[in-house]
Order: sequence, then C-alpha cells, then structure tokens
Amino acid sequence: MTAALTEIRPTATPTTGATVQLSAVVKAFAGHAALNSIDLEVAPGELVALLGPSGCGKTTALRSISGLESIDSGRILIDGADVADTPTNKRDIGMVFQAYSLFPHMTVLENVEFGLKMRKVAAARRRERALETLDMVGLTKHRERFAHQLSGGQQQRVALARALVTRPRVLLLDEPLSALDAKVRVQLREEIRRIQTELGITTVFVTHDQEEALAVADRVAVMRDGRIEQIGTPEELYATPTNAFVADFVGLSNRMPAELIDGQVHLHGCTLTLLGGPMPDGPVLALVRPEDIALATAGIAGTVISSSFLGSLRRTRVRLNDGAVVAVQHEVERRPLPGDVVTVQLKGAPVSALPSKQKK
Amino acid sequence: MRPSWPRSGRRQSANAHPADAHATKIHPIEYTVSLATEPAPEQDGVELTARHHPRVALAKPSNRRRRLAYAGLTPFAAYVLIFLALPTILAVVTGFFSDDGSLTFENITGLFTPTILATFGSSFWLSGVTAVIGAVVGALICYAMLGTKVGGLLRTIIESAASVLAQFGGVMLAFAFIATIGVQGLVTVILRDTFGIDIFADGVWLYQVPGLILPYVYFQVPLMVITFLPALTALRPQWAEASATLGGTRFAYWRHIAAPVLAPAFLGSLLLLFANAFSSFATAAALISQGSQIVPLQIRAALVSETVLGRENMAGALALGMIVVMVVVMWAYSVLQSRTSRWQR
Amino acid sequence: MSANVAAPVQPVETVSKRAKPANQAVRIGAEPSALTRRLILGIIGAIFLIPVIAMIEFTFRNGLAGDYTVNHWTGLFSEDSARTYRGLYQAIGNSLVLAAVTVGIVLVLLLPTMVLVHMQFPRLKRTLEFICIIPITVPAIVLVVGLAPIYSVVVQVLGGSTWTLAFAYGITVLPYAYRAIQSNLDAIPVKTLSEAASTLGAGWMTVLWTILLPNLRRGVLAASFISIAVVLGEFTIASLLNRRNLQTALLQVSQSDPWVAVIFALFALALAFVLLLIIGRLGSATPSRRKS
Repeated sequence: MTAALTEIRPTATPTTGATVQLSAVVKAFAGHAALNSIDLEVAPGELVALLGPSGCGKTTALRSISGLESIDSGRILIDGADVADTPTNKRDIGMVFQAYSLFPHMTVLENVEFGLKMRKVAAARRRERALETLDMVGLTKHRERFAHQLSGGQQQRVALARALVTRPRVLLLDEPLSALDAKVRVQLREEIRRIQTELGITTVFVTHDQEEALAVADRVAVMRDGRIEQIGTPEELYATPTNAFVADFVGLSNRMPAELIDGQVHLHGCTLTLLGGPMPDGPVLALVRPEDIALATAGIAGTVISSSFLGSLRRTRVRLNDGAVVAVQHEVERRPLPGDVVTVQLKGAPVSALPSKQKK
Repeated sequence: MRPSWPRSGRRQSANAHPADAHATKIHPIEYTVSLATEPAPEQDGVELTARHHPRVALAKPSNRRRRLAYAGLTPFAAYVLIFLALPTILAVVTGFFSDDGSLTFENITGLFTPTILATFGSSFWLSGVTAVIGAVVGALICYAMLGTKVGGLLRTIIESAASVLAQFGGVMLAFAFIATIGVQGLVTVILRDTFGIDIFADGVWLYQVPGLILPYVYFQVPLMVITFLPALTALRPQWAEASATLGGTRFAYWRHIAAPVLAPAFLGSLLLLFANAFSSFATAAALISQGSQIVPLQIRAALVSETVLGRENMAGALALGMIVVMVVVMWAYSVLQSRTSRWQR
Repeated sequence: MSANVAAPVQPVETVSKRAKPANQAVRIGAEPSALTRRLILGIIGAIFLIPVIAMIEFTFRNGLAGDYTVNHWTGLFSEDSARTYRGLYQAIGNSLVLAAVTVGIVLVLLLPTMVLVHMQFPRLKRTLEFICIIPITVPAIVLVVGLAPIYSVVVQVLGGSTWTLAFAYGITVLPYAYRAIQSNLDAIPVKTLSEAASTLGAGWMTVLWTILLPNLRRGVLAASFISIAVVLGEFTIASLLNRRNLQTALLQVSQSDPWVAVIFALFALALAFVLLLIIGRLGSATPSRRKS
C-alpha cells in the first residue's frame, strides 16, 4: 500500500498528495461525543481548514488522522487504504503542533533531520535534504541553534521544515500559529500556504481564527460540537452560510428582522435577492454584512452607539429606530461620535436569511 | 518632568505559553510611598525616585525605610552566622591545630594514612553502590508514574510515601532492618525455615558495611523519586507525538529523545543520592555500635573516644575531608541542574 | 467540490468498530501500559512494605519463645508504664519541645526574612537560596564537630537543657523549609498583589499581614510539618552533643526492651506519614480551587 518509507523522492517535482477521507467517524471521551459522525474528503494537494470554537472536535479530528487519537467507529482512509491498524509512525504523515514540539537537546538541523534518521537515510544525504528543506523556510543560517534560542515564529518554521523533510503524503497542522504574535501569524500563514502549494501536499489545517482559515484554505469546514456544520470554499461560506452559527462564525453579519415574500427579502422598504436555497415565505432574519450597509443622507434613522477605527475602515454600531442594533462599515473619513443621529441605507446586496423562529 | 517607566521583570518573549499569546511588557508606576515597590534591577531604588519622581522630598524617608529593611535582615543573618558559618569554620579549622593549640598539618596528613584512606574508600563504595541502585529503582518507579494524573490519588500516595521514607533514617531504619534481616529477623527466619537458605552462613554481615546497603537503599529510592519525578513529568507529550509522526518507534523515542533530555537530571539526582549516602550517620551508628569503617563513624570515634585523647582535631581534619568531597559533588550537581532547567523552558 | 451541508445524523454504516482502543500515549511510548505500571509499582511497593511488616510482627513476639503476645502493646497502657518508661517519655517530651521551638525559629526568623528578600531585596534571593542549601553540603555529622565549642558557650548562657538544640535544628531544616515556603512565594504574584494593595491605599504592614501571609499558609504549613518530621527523626547532633531526644532514647531503650523501641518507632513513622500526607493534600488542594 504505502511506498517504501526509505524511498527518497525528488524534491523539485511537487508530490501528488494523497487523498484523505473520513467516513462516519465517531469518537467519544468519557460520555461526551468529541466527534459525532464526521464525513470529510480531502482531494490531493488540497488545503482544507477545520474551523470552529474550542471543544468543537477539530483537533480531535486532526489527531485521529494522525493516529494520535483512536476512533470508536467509522473509517479513516489515506490514499484509499484504511489506516485503522497502522500506527502513527507508519502513516507517512507530517504534523506541526501548536508549540513546544521541537526536541530541546537537538540543534535545528538535527531536529529537521530526525524524520530522515528514522528512515535510515545515510548521514550525508540526510544533511543535504534537511538543509534543502530548511532553506525552503528560510532558516539555513540558524541551523546550529537550539530551540530555546529561537523566537516563536522561527520555532514553528523549524517544526514545519521538520514535518516536510520526508515529503509526507499528508501534512497536518494543529493550530500552528495560535501561540504567535499577530504580525508573525500573518507572515507565517502565507509562507505555509506558499510552500504547501509548491509541494502539492494534501493538508489539513486546524484553527479557531476564521480570518486565518479564509485566507489560506482551498475549502473550509466549520465545525461545532463534533459535527461539520458546513464545508465549502471561503467565498461560499462567507456569502452563503447555511445556518446562523456559520454566519456568525465566519465574518460579521447583522441580523435584521425582515419579511420573505415571493422569494424576495423585504427589509426597511428595500427588496433584496435571497441567497441560498428557496425558503417558505414569512418572517425571517436577514443576515446583512456590515459592508452592505452605508451611512447615507437619507434612509433609516438611528443613533450611534460606538465607533471603532480599524486602520483602513471604520465600523460603527448604530441603534436603529426600530430597536435593532447594526454594525455599519464605512470609510475612515467619517467619524461618528456616540449619540450622533445618523441615517443608514442598505446597499441592496443579496442577503442570506434564516427562518425567524430558529434559535442559534 | 516626564515620569520614567522602568521596566521590571523579564520581557515576555514571543514564544511564551500559548495562553500568553498577547503578552505585554509590564510597566509599573514608581512611587515612593509603598514598600512594595521593587527597584528596577539596574538602578538603585533611591536614586530612581529622586531622579524621576517629582516629589524629591520623599526620597529621605525612602532612604530610612531602606535602612530599616536592611535591619530586618540582621536577626536571620546573625542566626546563620552563629549556628552555620561559625561551626563550619570551626569544624574545618580545628583540623589544622593540634591539642596543645599549635598550628600543624599532622591531622591533614593523617588523612592519608592507609586506615583513613580505606575508610574514605568504603564510604565512596557504599555511597556509590547505593546511589546507583537507588537511582535505577527510583527511575523505574518514576517511569511507572508517567501518565498518572497530577494530584490524583496514586500520585499523592506515592509522593507522600516517598517523603516519609526519605526521612525514615537512622535508628528507626536500623530497627526495621534488624527486624527484617537480623539474626532473628522475619525474612531471615522465613528463608531459613521455609527455603533452607541461611543468609548468614558466612557470618553476620548486617552489622558491617555491606549490611548498610539495604537500609541505605531504603531511603535512597524515595529520595530519587522525589528529585527525579519533576524531570520525568517535564517530558512534553508533544515530543513523543512528534517523534511518532516522524516515524520513530517507541524505542527510538526513548533512545534519541527522552534519554538524552533526562540524562542531566538523572545524573544530578544520582549525585544527590551519593551525597546523601556519604553524609549519613545515624543508620550506621545504630547498626555498627563500635567501629569506624566509614567516614562519619570515624568522626564519631574521634569525638567520643575515651581511649585515645586529643583526637577531636582529627575529627576536624575528617570534617574537612568530608566537606571537600561534598563541595565537589554538589558543585557538579548544580552544573547539571542548570543544564536541565535550560531545556525545561 | 461543491459545498456540503452538515453530515447526516446517524452513521450510515459502521464498517469497522473497534473494541475499547489502547491508549495512544502507550502506543507511542510516552507512557507505560497499565500492566507495566502495576507490575513495577506493585513489586517495588511490596518490597518496601516488608520492613514495616517485619517491625509490626516483631512487636508481637514473645521474646525468644516462638509464640506471640500483645503484652508489649498492652504494657504501654498499663499503670506502671509511665514509671518504667519514664526516660523514654521524657525524651519524647524533649523531642516535641524541640520540634516546637524549631518551627518557631522557622516562622519567626526564616519566614519574615524570605518575605523581606522577596519583596525588597530581589538581588539577595540567590544568596539566601545558597545559604539555605549549604546545610546539605555541610551535613549534620560535619556541623556537629564545630557545634561542640559553640554549645559550651550556649550552655553557659542558657543552661544545659535539651531545648537549646533547636538552634542547631533550625539550620538542619533550612533546606526543606526554604523550599516549601519559596515554592509558595513563587506561586503567588507577590509583586502584583502588593502593588494592587498599595494603589488601594494599604501600607506595607497591612500588605504583609492581610494580603501576603494568608496566601502563604500552604507553604508555611508544609515547612512546619516537614520541620517536625525532620526534628523527630534527628539523631546525629543529639547523640554527639550528649543530649537525650526521641532517637537517642530509642537506641538506648532498644538494648533492654527492643519491643517498645520498635513500637515507638512505628508510632513516629505513622505520625510522619500523616503529617506528610496532609502536606501532599495541601499541595494538590489549591490548584483545583484555581480551576473554578
């Protein structure tokens, strides 16, 4: 089934990654279901992000693929073969942990070489390959340093190189950026994406940061309480969330009471197209993105509650006359103060809607 | 005048604990009134307040408060001086004097006579053997405790038992072993009557140096558990997991990762056990009522001897010898400790 | 790949269902298996129990006759026991007094000094730590060589009773007491707490008394208990300075009545175990409190 692990793959040509499949996977911990029947298919070379709040099961799902967690029922297939009886060290995967995973007594180079050492690659060849991979993450000149001498971002880069040196068929990343400073996070996630695309490795990326997931992934699976709520491209998730949880988790949205008549959403005198599948007519909650509302000279009246400066834009919270509170995104030049009376206007973009009775 | 914002404490680095992902530098406001203010490490508290705080007039009470604070240290300092520093110095120095008060090196050279050297040899042998046995068995127990819940029942029992048994020395331990493997001891009798093995067929060895091995091991093993367990539990699970994902077997993990990381702590604990055995007196004194086969007993003989007068100075020389050995061992121990803590960040 | 909605509620088919899987940590070698754990702890535990069992068995022996008796135990509670074992009871009393005075020294001398250094003289922390570790390098057997002349002076000033030994014991327990209190000090954010209290108007005395000391209860208690355990077991200094304490008395009594000696040794062991068990529970009580 698997290629001999001692095989040394050429580095220039990207590997065709493996397929990963989770089929009705269930895992329970002491009475509570961490994974409640998960179905997931990852195509070769694809990067799928598992996104969700703490406790939703995303890390458990990742660790099940690696074999560090066993599952109660269901199947996990890598390249079409069931890996249930394959121990972790034979699954030919690469894994990057959140923190503290570098071996403290080894230099950076020795850390990166480790996977090759386990595959009995000769010392000279090992060194060469390790240096190559270290170069991909830009840390060649730190090769003789130790983990505690590196910054957090550098440590994670080494961890990435270490995971990639054997050119595994699947790369698993368990919240690799959560412990890092904001700026480093953005830099590093782009590097991870770049390397992953270059090498064509099938990747599963766990995070609780929706911006991160949307930025790097080919597809995002939003998880809650052990199930996948929705899986799709970032654009799909953003534009057409299938339920309130996903809509709230991915990006911001305002919930405004509206009326669905003849398949069109009627809201504050505007008629908007409905996104997603057909719904029965009646009262609904329209999900309106802050960027789809504007501060205008005429429209719905309201009072400003607060306004936040976010660098390239402002987000202002306004209490409308009917009591609803909405967030409005606008240019930075306008500076509303708390208590100002303003008028807002819907820009007319299509909106998703939820039946108004639905609880989150 | 702009108040300065002295930095106190270490900067939180970017690779801090995941929970501190947004760690900020802490800048306390300096104020003179509170005793609780810690002066910044590089500057004296008084100067800082005078220079940076507008209310310079309050610098004087701060000065006086500092002097008061120093005064607060004197009782302890005096106590330690009289009952630790002075006895140590006296113990060491008496070795250089003969009984009539004159300076001499006789006692020191006396350390190198065959009998005394043999005594040191026995002490080293006994300490070494019991340290190794204690270290291996103790490490085994610590290994068995890996993965148990911290603060759980099993751990608490073992840790308490270890603390008690590590202190269970001297006279009580001697009794216990006489009751166990003494001439009429429980195990001796069982072995003799049930299995026909007479452990004292070649003579009673319990009351000589080899007989000290078992009682010493009895308190060495718990001491090992106490000192080594923190190191073993500091092994991060991510290392084992990373090793597995990289293709390592269990054996490879222990050989390439766990063992090298634990080596300094293990050796450090080994040294501590050696020092512990070397400096033990009570158990040997209780089991060996007459005789001075190991250094502490030799000191006893020098201090209480009625037959040979004026041997207290010999005790001083022996004490000096012991201190030299202990200093070397403890220095090596502290070097190893700093190696361990470097990796336990 | 098109967007998928949430997975079906029931698993359609459970192709492979495993029996309760082995702990993965065991498979990767981070932990021993339950069997290994039980074997190791069981065997070693049993071996360590043997001397204690032998001691208990010994106390029931009827001299050199082959049978057993409870006389040695009942003899303790008889009316003459106080008279027969007067020396021993006196020695026990001495040891208890010594323990009390030693704990006093720890609380009155060591504790305030540690708090003072922690708050006011952080640079002296390493020095203090070094001082408190010295008694390990200079063991009792060495210290006693130099204590003899010092105690001849002490005897002139304070008399020859046994309680003055506590001054030496305070030094012997320094390493243990220091570590117990220091780990507590390190665990509470002393600086932040006292600064917060100061901004709210508290003077340094109030800070010490109402903020710091209550939080140091755990460390202080642990230090006290460990000091008691050490003092009760101390033999070297008492013996070589010719004083009577529990251990020297036990040794003496064992020449004439070994059974009683062993009985009291068992009592001392049980007491130490209880004390240190309490310390252990104290140590684990606080973290779980923090979780809520």
